[in-house]
Amino acid sequence: MNPVYYLYLAALLFTIGAAGVLIRRNAIVVFMCIELMLNACNLAFVTFSRMHGNLDGQIIAFFTMVVAAAEVVVGLAIIVSIFRTRHSASVDDASLMKL
Amino acid sequence: MSSVASVHSLWTAAAGAPGRIPAPRIEYVQLSPTLIILGAAIVGVLIEAFLPRRSRYYAQVLLSVVALAAAFAAVIGLAAGGFGSSKAHLAAMGAIAVDGPALFLQGTILLVSLIAVFTFAERRLDPVAHGKRVDSFAAQAAAVPGGEAEQAAVKAGFTTTEVFPVLLFAVGGMLIFPSANDLLTLFIALEVFSLPLYILCALARRQRLLSQESAVKYFLLGAFSSAFLLFGVALLYGYAGTVSYAGIAEVISDGARQVDPALAGTMGNDVLLLIGGALVLMGLLFKVGAVPFHMWTPDVYQGAPTPVTGFMAAATKVAAFGALLRLLYVVLPGMRWDWRPVMWGVAILTMLGGAVLAITQTDIKRLLAYSSIAHAGFILAGVIAASQDGISSVLFYLAAYSFVTLGAFAVVTLVRDAGGEATHLSKWAGLGRRSPLVAAVFAVFLLAFAGIPLTSGFAGKFAVFKAAAESGAGWLVVVGVISSAIAAFFYIRVIVLMFFSEPKADGPTVAVPSVLTSTAIAVGVAATLVLGLAPQYFLDLAGHAGIFIR
Repeated sequence: MNPVYYLYLAALLFTIGAAGVLIRRNAIVVFMCIELMLNACNLAFVTFSRMHGNLDGQIIAFFTMVVAAAEVVVGLAIIVSIFRTRHSASVDDASLMKL
Repeated sequence: MSSVASVHSLWTAAAGAPGRIPAPRIEYVQLSPTLIILGAAIVGVLIEAFLPRRSRYYAQVLLSVVALAAAFAAVIGLAAGGFGSSKAHLAAMGAIAVDGPALFLQGTILLVSLIAVFTFAERRLDPVAHGKRVDSFAAQAAAVPGGEAEQAAVKAGFTTTEVFPVLLFAVGGMLIFPSANDLLTLFIALEVFSLPLYILCALARRQRLLSQESAVKYFLLGAFSSAFLLFGVALLYGYAGTVSYAGIAEVISDGARQVDPALAGTMGNDVLLLIGGALVLMGLLFKVGAVPFHMWTPDVYQGAPTPVTGFMAAATKVAAFGALLRLLYVVLPGMRWDWRPVMWGVAILTMLGGAVLAITQTDIKRLLAYSSIAHAGFILAGVIAASQDGISSVLFYLAAYSFVTLGAFAVVTLVRDAGGEATHLSKWAGLGRRSPLVAAVFAVFLLAFAGIPLTSGFAGKFAVFKAAAESGAGWLVVVGVISSAIAAFFYIRVIVLMFFSEPKADGPTVAVPSVLTSTAIAVGVAATLVLGLAPQYFLDLAGHAGIFIR
């Protein structure tokens, strides 16, 4: 199978994730969309790695996974703390500061 | 497909007996500034775990100050050893560059962070709570604001001493960021300094709702932008088959060479290069706070605890511009004709946007946030120059700007009323009558922001605009001067407000700081005046540091 199809899939997943970040209103869902974008990056890395025949891309994918895990730790901590304060995880409610 | 089969053979050949993997060569001495900081951060975490609560604050402050000073000494040692010029070197198997710009920026970041630690450690400004002195960070960040747990934590006199190791982790990432020499290191460094900053933003003692809101906004937008950066890295890897800066630059400049037919679809494909380069630039411009990626700046600057805002505004900008310079000058010089028009547009939008939006602000922290956006535009004008003067002028501007910013935010922490810091501009009316010294110091910082001669802001702006004009960006300089004039209007307006209007009866009080914040402000004033009155030595220093290694 032509590996380029996986690149199209990666681009598609990345776009879905980016659109989700912009459209969805729940902080948790927004965060999941960001994770989807990171995973799309991983797919692209692994595909390119196979096309180029070197291992760099696969190693980078592992780094990305570790970074994503660290991001979950920090992100969930912040989102949970704001949820306990406001009893809502909607990003629209967080609007004390305006232009 | 035959092309796929030929790629396959690469893998099947590798499936034989695995060879020995050679151990990488790590030059520990050349990496010592970063290693000292990260090591001290880990020791700081252990201090949190094992020391009794009452002695943690002193241990953490001492550890942070010693580590930052030692790392700065290490940077000076490396620079004196010639690593900034003749012995510039790629360390850690080509992952980290040790050269002039890297050492200059690392030194700046370390000095700025050292002063930021002083403002973090300040315990005289907030009123004494239950007989214990407290700093500007939450008693217990996990406790719900206004809840029973928080009251108990305040009563017990808890303080979040974890901010010091978290700060050190952020500094560690910032040291790697401008010296990263491959895209993977760039991405990891970005995350290493961003994640601690997200946490620091959420830790304010007063106005915790604002603080948490700013952290959530910063986190979601920051993670969003770093995902874009990572996808850009993936595309550049697809383009060049490597993530090292030199490797990508080679493929860009050497477009006509033979490629493996199996890779003809990706390797050297300009679409991947253009989109990938644009996405990576987008991620960096977000960190810099350039229009149109500036949306987070005012909210985060306003909501975060003011010492954190000062640190973030100064050190993040230095680190991010360092990475941007290296990317544009080392990886993408072959694409200069593609990125220069785009960066022209971004610089013009940033200068004008920051200056115009700042006029309408009524909160001093938001005003400084928009002013930092405008300054990002001025620095971008120097980046666009694409010459050695461009590099050294940007280095000088960053050093000058970071000290002024840190000092200005330190002054903001002093003006207080019953609710904490009085950041609304109307509260600052007549401050010059009430407390002439504080108002005068703040006026010096505002004049430096405005770029009035005899301050560091003027020397920096002059250097940047001169470099831009010499590279043929005359119109950019015209726009820059116009937006400087617009920006000067609202800086002067604040000065007029402080000195020429009647103080209100229920106005804020000016807290008397301990020696820590006083030192931070004094260093800010000294740097502003020294870099403004006698900039030549520092311009020479930046000029000698202005050569990237490849």
